[in-house]
Amino acid sequence: MVADLHLEKGSAYAARGQMLPPYDTRETLDRLQAEIEALDPRVTVLLGDTLHDGSATTRIAPDDRERIAGLARRTTLLWITGNHDPDGPKSSSGDLAGETAVEIGLSKLVLRHEPSPDPTPGEAAGHLHPCARVKGTAGSVRRRCFVTDGQRLILPAFGAYAGGLNVRDPAFSGLFACPPLAVALGKKAHAVRWGLLAGD
Amino acid sequence: MVAKGREDADVLLVAPTGGGKTLAGFLPSLIDLAERGPRNGPKSVHTLYISPLKALAVDVERNLMTPVREMDLPIVVESRTGDTGQARKQRQRITPPDILLTTPEQLALFCAWEGARGYFEDLRCVVVDEIHAIHSSKRGDLLSLGLARLRQFAPHARFVGLSATVDDPVAVRRWLSDRGDDLVLGRPGAPPVMEVLLSENRVPWAGHTAQHAMDEVYETIKTATTTLIFVNTRWQAEFAFQELWRLNEDGLAIALHHGSLSAEQRRKVEARMAKGELRAVVCTSTLDLGIDWGAVDLVIQLAAPKGSSRLVQRIGRANHRLDEASRAILVPASRFEMLECQAAVEAVAENALDGEPIRVGALDVLAQHVMGCACSEPFDLQALYDEVRRAAPYAELSWEDWERVVDFVSTGGYALKSYDRYRRIVRGQDGLWRVRNEETARRHRMNVGAIITAQTLSLRLPGRHGSGRKIGEAEEWFFEQMTPGDTFVFGGEIWRFMGIEGTNAIVTRAADKEPKVPSWGMSKFPLSTFLASRVRRMMSDPSAWSVLPADVQEWLEAQRDHSSLPGIDDLLIETFARGNRHFMVAYPFEGRIAHSTLAMLLTRRLDRAGVGPIGYVANDYMLAIWSVKSMDGVDFDALFEQDMLGDDLEAWLDESFMMKRTFKDCALIAGLIERRMPGHEKNSRQVTFSADLIYDTLRRHDPEHLLLQCARADAARGLLDVARLGELLSRIRGRIRVQRLERVSPFAVPAMMEIGRERAPGSSAAEMMLEQAALIEEAMA
Repeated sequence: MVADLHLEKGSAYAARGQMLPPYDTRETLDRLQAEIEALDPRVTVLLGDTLHDGSATTRIAPDDRERIAGLARRTTLLWITGNHDPDGPKSSSGDLAGETAVEIGLSKLVLRHEPSPDPTPGEAAGHLHPCARVKGTAGSVRRRCFVTDGQRLILPAFGAYAGGLNVRDPAFSGLFACPPLAVALGKKAHAVRWGLLAGD
Repeated sequence: MVAKGREDADVLLVAPTGGGKTLAGFLPSLIDLAERGPRNGPKSVHTLYISPLKALAVDVERNLMTPVREMDLPIVVESRTGDTGQARKQRQRITPPDILLTTPEQLALFCAWEGARGYFEDLRCVVVDEIHAIHSSKRGDLLSLGLARLRQFAPHARFVGLSATVDDPVAVRRWLSDRGDDLVLGRPGAPPVMEVLLSENRVPWAGHTAQHAMDEVYETIKTATTTLIFVNTRWQAEFAFQELWRLNEDGLAIALHHGSLSAEQRRKVEARMAKGELRAVVCTSTLDLGIDWGAVDLVIQLAAPKGSSRLVQRIGRANHRLDEASRAILVPASRFEMLECQAAVEAVAENALDGEPIRVGALDVLAQHVMGCACSEPFDLQALYDEVRRAAPYAELSWEDWERVVDFVSTGGYALKSYDRYRRIVRGQDGLWRVRNEETARRHRMNVGAIITAQTLSLRLPGRHGSGRKIGEAEEWFFEQMTPGDTFVFGGEIWRFMGIEGTNAIVTRAADKEPKVPSWGMSKFPLSTFLASRVRRMMSDPSAWSVLPADVQEWLEAQRDHSSLPGIDDLLIETFARGNRHFMVAYPFEGRIAHSTLAMLLTRRLDRAGVGPIGYVANDYMLAIWSVKSMDGVDFDALFEQDMLGDDLEAWLDESFMMKRTFKDCALIAGLIERRMPGHEKNSRQVTFSADLIYDTLRRHDPEHLLLQCARADAARGLLDVARLGELLSRIRGRIRVQRLERVSPFAVPAMMEIGRERAPGSSAAEMMLEQAALIEEAMA
């Protein structure tokens, strides 16, 4: 399960006249491919905002399009739609490979893009791009992270150009029944207690 | 100048400060405008005056209005700077003044106007003031491109340049224009009366404050009407100001002026100065340029001047009149500075100046200019190339680089050609390039300019909510030299650098006893190559020592007897053990920046060689590295091989923050990142974040991208002084003399004191003095 790839964010800026390096889709797909090759999952769930905007499919390079198709041949790519990509992989300029759903119920789990406003047991969502800032004697570091209270899970953004929102931001308040745990990404994943997390 | 005006020739006037340069530059225009009489046709700018300082443009407006009013001339003079109100700017567009006074940034904006060509069509004269202060910088590149543009708009305009004394007037003349080679050399003023202060107290072995001489400085201020006290850093300025006020029993009006004071505070000081209300101003290079202060009759240079040209500029601030000798006193802060000050005084007496190297124009600046041109009017690729090459910094621009820059402006210039649909500038069916739409042009105009102000970062502890308590502030460049984990001294304590976050440098208290990186307080300008070679010559010639105070002579003799003196063209290296540490001290005299780069690269190499280097210090004269194990077995010829400028430099750069910062500046100038968006100004935290993201991605996927090349070139040129280091390494090849000593040498004492201050913070002043006395005893015995 990966969230918030924001493919073609660079070209969205370019379309408005700011020529950011066009390598973000390539970089993000490199990462995704590495994960799929390592884990060999039967189903890969894209948890929404896989594309940065509605016209991303008109801008995506043919070889990146083909790479997505290649991934879809290895694993079932399941696109959950998000606020940035309400149509999922569907497009008048040619669909990208994969299945589409608004949300999925899976036994006791609910997989959706935007977390529901109240504590929701079994929910996994993205949308918020959580980031953890940790300080200690060893210093201060800001990393993308998972956030969970054991009941629900919010995933970090996966895309190369996706920014992050500090988990101490008010946008996260009220989502968890008890102080959640942040699992910060690094060479390995590091679980960090709420009390050790700092704001920006 | 009037004769050159009648000949209609472009001309550079080189004259010492106080010679009335600015008025001479305007005189032909005033005559022309007075003779022309009132006109009925549409108004247009007759003379455009460009100054590197906003304040100077406003000052000249005031000075120029006096004769115009007194002679009742029908001439309208107005200034236009970033501070000019919108209404006035609008009016100037519709009804241009006869003489318009402005800055390089405003000229760049003019160039990006629609209708710029028509506005300047009838321009008769362009006056560029203080050329010596601007030509060798990115702002100079931008100005030079603007001048080439004006030449195109107004082929009949005369270009007039005004410069203080420079070592190579011909090169500066070429920078001004490629039409003719007319030069007017002003009569040299009365030679300045200079002396080096030989303090009653002994000359300190090390330091930058000249605290030992502060009593004498204060007494000297009392003898003058108004004194300007120049120092090299903001930190020295604060220190000297406090010291002088501590001594100020007479309550003299002594003020402070430096770049990190607020504009309002600075203006207040300037106003009081102009009214003659101040007895002394402690200032940094912010007062180097030619604003007229009237009554200054004494200039004091506190700590060594680092270059003879800068010294001439500063001395010229006293008695701003050609026929009266300027009076100046140099106050060296240490023994090496004593040598440097004597060398500088001799150089100025011989009128020998250190020159700025001729600059190759930066491509990020060219990109900004090309975009500006497109915003103004459609351009032809070949025609604009020809125009750009009339600007001296771009005279050698290859067609290939030109196409790369235009491609960058249009699509970002990436190896992956995926943005061809989103061009910022497009080539029409008529073959001309034009800006895509008005929105793109508007955004460009909001971001014009080449001054990226040096940022200061707040030193902060990590906090519970966000960054914690603020400890102080320091220049960004200091942290650019560090990698996370490095330790340094600030405010007498040792700190560990954790990283940069936005505009904060996060630090924690470190338990280390020995910091790895030296603290600052040194000049931001390194010792000039020219002055360095004069210092080396002076050292190696005992007959030149007679001008030096006895204690400094004794020191040189002891160095000669106990070790040896650095020669004119060799490199002296000393090794010795002290305490439980092994030291290597080298004396290249090539300036702090080149020495810091060298020390960092040597430390990497010594680390690989298993010597276990612990830290280093570098100043303008020498560098010292200390280690756990002995360096006796080191092959110094191999250690100083030039190949260190290859892989070792690359590897170190990749780890350093410096490249990210340099890249950010290039990306801002080139317009890849916009500082200002319509409606709101991006704060620097946001800019920092997105620039880092872009830097990382580009480095992985497009390492040869134009902006990465720009950033590498800038880092090598300015922040690392790689060129100078390269020259040093080739100069000393096969000429390294190693002295393996039993104990510390007299020349090594200053470095050891610097190390001592940083190794033992918190120890009492008394203890430190005893330790230093023991060190001196050991070296001189």
